[in-house]
Amino acid sequence: MDNQTLLKHLRDRFGDAILATDEAHGELRVNLRREAYVAVAQWLRDDPALRYTFLENLCAVDYLGRTPRFEVVVHLVSMQHIHRVCLKLGLPEADPTLDSLTPIFPTANYQEREAFDLMGIRFTGHPSLTRILLPDDWVGHPQRKDHPLVEEEIAFTFNQDRIYAQKPFAKE
Amino acid sequence: MGIEEKAADLGVVTTSLEHVVNWGRTNAMWPLLFGLACCAIEMMGAQSANYDLSRFGMEINRASPRQADLMIVAGRVSRKMAPVVRRLYDQMSDPKWVIAMGDCAACGGIFNNYAIVQGVDEVVPVDVYVAGCPPRPEALIDGIMMLHAKVQREKISGVKEAPITLQHALLQVDVAKK
Ligand code: SF4
Repeated sequence: MDNQTLLKHLRDRFGDAILATDEAHGELRVNLRREAYVAVAQWLRDDPALRYTFLENLCAVDYLGRTPRFEVVVHLVSMQHIHRVCLKLGLPEADPTLDSLTPIFPTANYQEREAFDLMGIRFTGHPSLTRILLPDDWVGHPQRKDHPLVEEEIAFTFNQDRIYAQKPFAKE
Repeated sequence: MGIEEKAADLGVVTTSLEHVVNWGRTNAMWPLLFGLACCAIEMMGAQSANYDLSRFGMEINRASPRQADLMIVAGRVSRKMAPVVRRLYDQMSDPKWVIAMGDCAACGGIFNNYAIVQGVDEVVPVDVYVAGCPPRPEALIDGIMMLHAKVQREKISGVKEAPITLQHALLQVDVAKK
């Protein structure tokens, strides 16, 4: 299996679902329409000529200022053909939802929860889309680029009195 | 003078109850067995043979908060861990003390971000802050000696002093001086 063969297979089968393709570091990257995402992944997994049976990685990226703002990146590996393909799905800021891959690849479960927790991507059809790393009552998604980077003003001698006056010190 | 010398000759020592109680507390202070991050390695170093914390009667780390009276917060406390730390503190029986070991426990250190509590003093009341990333075992021992000095000054009424901040590491503290 090489990139060109795979791309030809993909074009033949899902020609209208492919938005763009390119190659980086010898790896094929395919931008997909999100409607076709699960169907493409299922086909890549089940087609006897392909057998991309291992979901290596699923994560979300925030390209603040670009449209679409979010991108979900999925790496699938075919152990049989020793080949890897990268699927990318652009998601608009107003509606960062995507179908869940968990019914096809159970290992997507935690990775989708992490993407939801930190980046706020909503995966429809996920069995339990709850926070995985942060406390359950957390508000917001801190890995987004517009989340404030610094949590607390740094205290120096010239401003420590003002900061410590507001700091929530613990009681006995 | 007078009566003390005579009493000592008889094999009797007179002192104040406050002093005896504080002496007992300082010389058998049992830390809670837990470490949160890289600072814990230095805490283990302080307890091992080279630095030998057992010189000060604290070689036993208690794995149960019910048996511990000193909490050494060694490392950064994440927001998800904070309720656990507070719960451990609440389960320790009085009197109890807290040392914030390292910059992370004292003020969040280099992790000024959403995940880390900006100073464990937001969660539990801290008695001694030890600066450093990580503090050397000597610095931790110095902090412990400071805490011992503070406990020695404690009043039997139970009123606590303000926290001590270690600004010059390896400051010599004479614990015996009351
Ligand atoms: S102060 Fe430094 S050594 Fe200690 S927990 Fe923080 S990063 Fe690790």
